[in-house]
Amino acid sequence: MKNPAVALVIGILIGVGGLYFFLPYDPLARVERPAASTATAEDGERAVAGDTLRRVRQRGFIQCGVSQGLPGFSSPDERGRWSGIDADFCRALSGAIFGNPNQVRFRPLSAKDRFTALQSGEIDILSRNTTWTMSRDTQLGFNFVGVTYYDGQSFMVRKAAGIETTADLAGATICTETGTTTELNLADYFRGRRLSYRVLSFEKNDEAIVAYDRGRCDAYTTDASGLYAMRLKLADPDANAILSEIISKEPLGPAVRQGDPQWEDIARWTLNALLEAEELGITSENLDEMLESDNPRMKRLLGREGAYGSTVGLNNDWAANAIRAVGNYGEMFERNVGKNTPLGIARGQNALWTEGGLQYAAPVR
Amino acid sequence: MSMGEGQNRRGRQGGKVPLGWNNPRVRSFVYQAAVLGTVIALVWFFTATAQENLSRLNISSGFGFLDTTAGFGIIQTLIPYTEQSSYGRAFLVGLLNTLVVAVIGIVLSVMLGFLIGVMRLSRNWLVAKIAAGYVEIMRNIPLLLHLFFWYFAVLRPLPGPAESLSPLPGVFLNNRGLILPEPVFGPASTAFFVAIAIALVGSVFLIRWARKQQVETGQLFPAWRVSAAMLILLPGLAWLVTGAPFELSFAEHAEFDFAGGMRLLPEFVALVLGLTLYTAGFIAEIVRAGILSVSKGQREAAAALGLKDSTVLRLVVIPQALRLIIPPLTSQILNLTKNSSLAVAIAYPDLVAVFAGTVLNQTGQAIEVIALTMAVYLTLSLITSLLMNWYNARVALKER
Amino acid sequence: MGMEDITGRPAPRSKRLTPLVWAQRNLFSSVSNTILTLVSAYLLWLTIPPVLDFTIFSAVWTGTTREACLAPGAGMCWPFIWANIDQFIYGRYPPEEIWRVNLTFALGAAVIIPMLIPGLPARRLNLVFLLIVYPLVAIVLLAGDRPGLRPVPTSEWGGLLVTLVVAVTGIVASLPLGVLLALGRRSNMPAIRMLCIIFIEFWRGVPLITVLFMASVMLPLFLPEGMNPDNLLRVLVGVALFSSAYMAEVIRGGLQAIPAGQYEAARALGLTYWQAMGQVVLPQALRHVIPGIVNTFIGLFKDTTLVLIVGIFDLLGQVRAQLSDPNWTLPQGALTGYIFAALVFWAFCFGMSRYSTFMERRLDTTRER
Repeated sequence: MKNPAVALVIGILIGVGGLYFFLPYDPLARVERPAASTATAEDGERAVAGDTLRRVRQRGFIQCGVSQGLPGFSSPDERGRWSGIDADFCRALSGAIFGNPNQVRFRPLSAKDRFTALQSGEIDILSRNTTWTMSRDTQLGFNFVGVTYYDGQSFMVRKAAGIETTADLAGATICTETGTTTELNLADYFRGRRLSYRVLSFEKNDEAIVAYDRGRCDAYTTDASGLYAMRLKLADPDANAILSEIISKEPLGPAVRQGDPQWEDIARWTLNALLEAEELGITSENLDEMLESDNPRMKRLLGREGAYGSTVGLNNDWAANAIRAVGNYGEMFERNVGKNTPLGIARGQNALWTEGGLQYAAPVR
Repeated sequence: MSMGEGQNRRGRQGGKVPLGWNNPRVRSFVYQAAVLGTVIALVWFFTATAQENLSRLNISSGFGFLDTTAGFGIIQTLIPYTEQSSYGRAFLVGLLNTLVVAVIGIVLSVMLGFLIGVMRLSRNWLVAKIAAGYVEIMRNIPLLLHLFFWYFAVLRPLPGPAESLSPLPGVFLNNRGLILPEPVFGPASTAFFVAIAIALVGSVFLIRWARKQQVETGQLFPAWRVSAAMLILLPGLAWLVTGAPFELSFAEHAEFDFAGGMRLLPEFVALVLGLTLYTAGFIAEIVRAGILSVSKGQREAAAALGLKDSTVLRLVVIPQALRLIIPPLTSQILNLTKNSSLAVAIAYPDLVAVFAGTVLNQTGQAIEVIALTMAVYLTLSLITSLLMNWYNARVALKER
Repeated sequence: MGMEDITGRPAPRSKRLTPLVWAQRNLFSSVSNTILTLVSAYLLWLTIPPVLDFTIFSAVWTGTTREACLAPGAGMCWPFIWANIDQFIYGRYPPEEIWRVNLTFALGAAVIIPMLIPGLPARRLNLVFLLIVYPLVAIVLLAGDRPGLRPVPTSEWGGLLVTLVVAVTGIVASLPLGVLLALGRRSNMPAIRMLCIIFIEFWRGVPLITVLFMASVMLPLFLPEGMNPDNLLRVLVGVALFSSAYMAEVIRGGLQAIPAGQYEAARALGLTYWQAMGQVVLPQALRHVIPGIVNTFIGLFKDTTLVLIVGIFDLLGQVRAQLSDPNWTLPQGALTGYIFAALVFWAFCFGMSRYSTFMERRLDTTRER
């Protein structure tokens, strides 16, 4: 550099730029820095109770693993806003922890990378229409916290094909998504009945449904709720029917990493609180009135009696905040998949136990 | 090895330099030890971390899962496979599916590539321009897009199974694939295959002998014609003598689809089509460069001897061009093999789709599954390179 | 099949080159040639008119909704492209922050274009800027999370933005890494040479898709707890390592073309190894292999589409995502989307390959001089 002034200017620019670059965050590699050195020294390197909550608080948001787009469960709109039961559950969690529903970041995951994402700590909670099975619970290093939606696998077929029951599907080619319990259930079902079939497994649900739409397969199979959602993506949804038979049990629920019982409790009891709220008739609209109620169950749930929140490291009004964020379970259901949505799914098994369904929350006490 | 020699020389003289930082040998030793140390430390760190993570997360590890029942179906299996087969069996099924696509893709793309490469150099303006246009379009579009497009293009015009096209009796074409009659071999068919083998080996020897004869005595023996006759007559004779040892089993209409017969899946066709058309564009350029490298004088001399255009190409130009063509052709063949892994995008059950896809998802054992998959491709690359190096060495030896 | 004019007969120059003469000479010079011409013309007739009809003559150019494209026999549906163009370029990047992406694009163009024009001054400074300063600026601009810039998580990035980010990262990272690996492979220290050979051959031997799977599914298990690099970052690391192995082989070819005397002379003048390499050998070697480098870039650019398989929405992924939008289900939707994506990729790759041939010619003439 011949001109010292130019060199000086460039030097200052580089200096300032460098300073700015290393200023507050490390944007891509989000290495969580331990809060205080004393705390980490005690915790050691292993995940222990309270670790996840502490990190979430420090970070200021929950990393929530969702699907890449399943209407009614987790799907983004044009502006990137996520909606659906699974997305709402994370908002409820955000309500319980932060007092408002918006401190969530959604991370869309394929069926393939969802488990690693949770195992590695990239996400805090996997809320992605994931079936609770024993091997997943015991071998993959995480725990399911409950059931947000009781589902079962079924088939979608073209009405013109004249298929009434699954027995009519003998010899059919069936499209499905790879890496799901769906694929295994399908094999079990047809093998058990000694029916022949051909399975075409796609990497993504979107590809499978396109192949079905183009006539590559006679049937498309996934969880019944997913069938209703995917039917909306067909060129002519009305020309397709969903068989009433259900061939498997698919309890869908959120999962958390093993090794942090506190975080697991927070997730489990947030779900229970949403169910309990519906049972007690607490909605996001009448919440403020209900806060004044004398019903001891309500008082305990809404944090006016006892200190249930603080036992899991939250404020005592955690449940009230969760309900304020997304409403009770019934509201969440109706808003996302219920009768008045394009999916139009009836409560069925997902009704409360008091109404003949399976949803039954453990009591808060 | 430019810098290698320089340093070696100094290293040899280094005997006089006392052991110390100024001694190049000492320095080189320290550098290497440092780099090796770092690499070993990194590997150790990652292994230890992985082990810790696995035990902390309670993820099972090891290759024991290969014996576990797979429980899922695969649409194309070249070896017997059912849902009760093991994950190891599923791995083999996927591997064979990959190999089939790769081999067929390689053969077709080399043929098409040579054709287009020669076309590019054609004296016919239109032919040359078509070939050039082909190369420029095909090479510059991502392979994945090719596959999506061809999968779409293959499926779209085909009718459903009920309205299958039947160009020949027993052959059906619909959007479930191309269904062909399957030959069923009886016990006496061994004679037929032996006859084919004898005919093949005989032809090879005959052609070699004929070439030698031509070099030594200048006499032409119609070896190709005799071989062709042998290839047709011997198996035919065996077939007649043993009394038609195999028959064709025709596919039959079933409820949805056809049952029995052999079938080519649309996914398979789309994958082969995409791989072939894409890779042929690259091979064509390699062939063109190879042919252009043969000096014009060679061609002129051959023409002066009165050889036809095609004979000049076959006997003079291509053999010399091959020497330049083979090394880059090898890497294209390797690319095609590796690119066949994109099958996963269009649901063709290749190794990556079956093993690194379904099996990985079912077992959750990412490390083992990915490592095994990579090892397979590494081995395939290694074998192809070795074969091609061997061939290359043979071709190069002819240089006088 | 006719070869180049193998007879070497001088073309008759007496006749003036009218179109008829030209056609007779180039298309109908013999019976076989005439047949070839006719067959080719028939092939063209089979392919070109339907393609032109679909993309231009029957295409729907105006309109805002899907209904515009539903007419029977309608070709390519451009309204679908226009309606989703923001998604195709920026993915789900927040609309009010798009200026940051545009600024990054503009800066990138401002840096790269002067690099490409031979004979412009300050190319070395430019290279340093491209390799070091620009990536940092781009990270800050795109990811945000600094005072005054709100953070945009990479899961909201998409479309052409992701395609370019992956391609440019691969390119920028692979050059220095490739140089180091190539030097290492030619080093006379056996341990270093072996390590480099193993590294290069490993990455060249495995398909990119398994590398991406490794980055997205396997890599997190190898990192200490709490260190969770973002999915895109992991994929970028995979792509960078992968492309650096290919780059190393290209650069090695260039190094081999430089006579050993150059290096020896430089050392004899008292330069150290790195000085001799950096100031004498590498500048010559790299210039030799510019076409090879550009070809590697083209390959890398096309390979970026593979990230869609691991759930990152590049241009092609975004096009496919929009295809399943219920508002735009169209019979010709898939063709429209694919042709659009093909056009974009083709334009980039064709441009680069033309540049590579241009440089090749230029290098040839300079060498002959």
